[in-house]
Amino acid sequence: MALSAGVDVGSTQTKAVIINEGLEIVGRSLIDTGANVVQAAEKSYLNALNDSGRREEEVAYVIGTGYGRYKVTFGDTQVTEISCHGRGAVHMFPDTRTVLDMGGQDTKAIAVSETGEIVDFCMNDKCAAGTGRFLGAASMALDIPLDELGSTALKSEKPVKISTTCTVFAESEVLSWLGKGKKIEDILLGVHKSISSRSISLLRRVGLNQQITFTGGVAKNIGMVEVLNENIGKELNVSDESHFMGALGAALFAMDHIKTSRIPAGGQA
Amino acid sequence: MNEINNKEMVGRGTREGAALFRDWFQDLTEKAEKGETAAYVFVMGSIAEILRVFDLPMVFPEIHSLQTAVRHVADDYLNVAEDYGYSPDICGYVKADFAMQMQNGKHPMGQIPKPGIAVLTNACNTYLKWGEIWERIYDIPMVSIDVPATREAGTRTWPGDEQFEREKRYVKTQLKELIEICEKMTGKKFDIDKLREILGHVNTMSTGWKRVMELNQSRPSLFNALTDGTVYLGMSNVFRGTPEGAEFFTRLVEEMEYMSANGIGTLTDEKYRLSFIGVPCYPIFRRFNEMFTEWGGAFVMSTYLWFASGGTNLGVQYDLDNPMDSLAEGVLISVRDAMDSMFHPELTVLDKTNDFNIDGVVYHPIKSCRTTSAGMADNRRALMENSDLPSLFIESDMMDSRVVGEAQMKNRIDAFFEGLASRKAKEAIGA
Repeated sequence: MALSAGVDVGSTQTKAVIINEGLEIVGRSLIDTGANVVQAAEKSYLNALNDSGRREEEVAYVIGTGYGRYKVTFGDTQVTEISCHGRGAVHMFPDTRTVLDMGGQDTKAIAVSETGEIVDFCMNDKCAAGTGRFLGAASMALDIPLDELGSTALKSEKPVKISTTCTVFAESEVLSWLGKGKKIEDILLGVHKSISSRSISLLRRVGLNQQITFTGGVAKNIGMVEVLNENIGKELNVSDESHFMGALGAALFAMDHIKTSRIPAGGQA
Repeated sequence: MNEINNKEMVGRGTREGAALFRDWFQDLTEKAEKGETAAYVFVMGSIAEILRVFDLPMVFPEIHSLQTAVRHVADDYLNVAEDYGYSPDICGYVKADFAMQMQNGKHPMGQIPKPGIAVLTNACNTYLKWGEIWERIYDIPMVSIDVPATREAGTRTWPGDEQFEREKRYVKTQLKELIEICEKMTGKKFDIDKLREILGHVNTMSTGWKRVMELNQSRPSLFNALTDGTVYLGMSNVFRGTPEGAEFFTRLVEEMEYMSANGIGTLTDEKYRLSFIGVPCYPIFRRFNEMFTEWGGAFVMSTYLWFASGGTNLGVQYDLDNPMDSLAEGVLISVRDAMDSMFHPELTVLDKTNDFNIDGVVYHPIKSCRTTSAGMADNRRALMENSDLPSLFIESDMMDSRVVGEAQMKNRIDAFFEGLASRKAKEAIGA
């Protein structure tokens, strides 16, 4: 039984997933990307292999994805994270027709078919407004760890209105609200609402009518999930593997390749 | 023998176009050095037919500006204009031209003469403000030809219709005013026979340009509408109404027919035939195209070749027995088509989809040009409602490298092709 792997080299973190022919995740890994992208890809892959307890020789095909996909030097081919998130989301939630992927530097709204193929997509333009980096800036300014931002925000009763859409200026706006004596949770909920509003604008462009699956690192943030659910008016699908959805999609494409290559020309496998 | 023919024929238009462009620049530089002025005109309605009667050399500021981007020096020019106080949001062509004016016509290909007159149409709303800049700097006449546009999509009027004839008279009156100004400016009397001769050359060029674009229905496609097409487009503007221009397009048709007959394409392995909507990304002109050709994507059609040729793509033929009326009619039809090609490109794209075997449409809105970009989101929706053609929407700029994110752009382009590949694979198995 062959294994396949997907390595998603993102701007902030690198994720790797190993799956078996039953399309089950048997190993996963998540590390910070850092400055050495090639090394991050290798390390993440080896960590995932280690997590699976399987040998490297058993992995028949590897696909790199994410902005650093061409740095997955040991990979067999590359697929964009747009396609991979779509594929991963439909695998986890088959009725998904729209995917919201919120990562470190970009946010994507992706319309997918029932087989996970891309129908349309839309992304934030050349700035990081409305992405995970926006939350990172707030985390720095308020000195609160990233994984506590969501729960803190949900304590708010009177969220402030964050008017800037610029990640760089977000920090100064957060500080100005602090200077006005606003509570940290109110500022944080304002930040979450601001990001949510920009994401929904992207979602509207590709279609908001179907089941929506939220992927990417920011999907781990319970505050963001709550705010999006409330603003969209329906509950988003969120998987425990949301952070790994791109890598999972890549591993699924890799498994397709393994299975297709077994079919002899003009015949059935 | 075939190899010899291929070597001589294939790419001849691009080579000859480049050589003629160098000659044009040499000529402009010599005039600038002697302190002579030129007529400043635009690609959407240059009215070259009249200006050539008076032997006025022409400067195309849009072309001079984009050349700074292709030669990777646009930022130097944009910075000069922005240091002066122009906003980053203002048209990059305007700013590069303004910077040239501030630097005595300095250009990477030579020197640009100062304007003696500016002639423009209302095809682009920025033209008017741009012309006013020169008017104020140099105290020159600025002639604005107001060309009535199509009031509603799909309801164009044509010769013989009452409204069309009224509008034609309106345009003709303005052309006569331009003639009077040119007579005063040059001291030369208007020569109707010379106009006839010029119109004859335009007729040959228009026939050729239309035929060249039609021939790109060939599979594989004969020229890349984005890269080669831009060279041909430059020729259609700069050499409009000249014997050189007429000969160029006659020979270009010959080249394309040769390629078509011999199955020679612009790509060795054409997998996807694309239509381009908008203005090219000049700061990374070559690389932008490569991001598509690497996937086997060829641009077989481009709205740029329609609107930036001032509507010459329609192949309008002037009646040499009735030159002024016919010129007014041609200006009205062509400039109106240029405007429609920017605002309702999906109508023509949809119309030509089957003939050109289009697999996908690429929209390229650009930050500093509202005229070509403002309607694109709406237009794309219209395209999606009326067809199942896949489309890609990528934003950058035609001049400003600061807003061109190559990595993000490639990501979107790759995802677009992944979708196209999957669609083709499904079609192949009949799914």
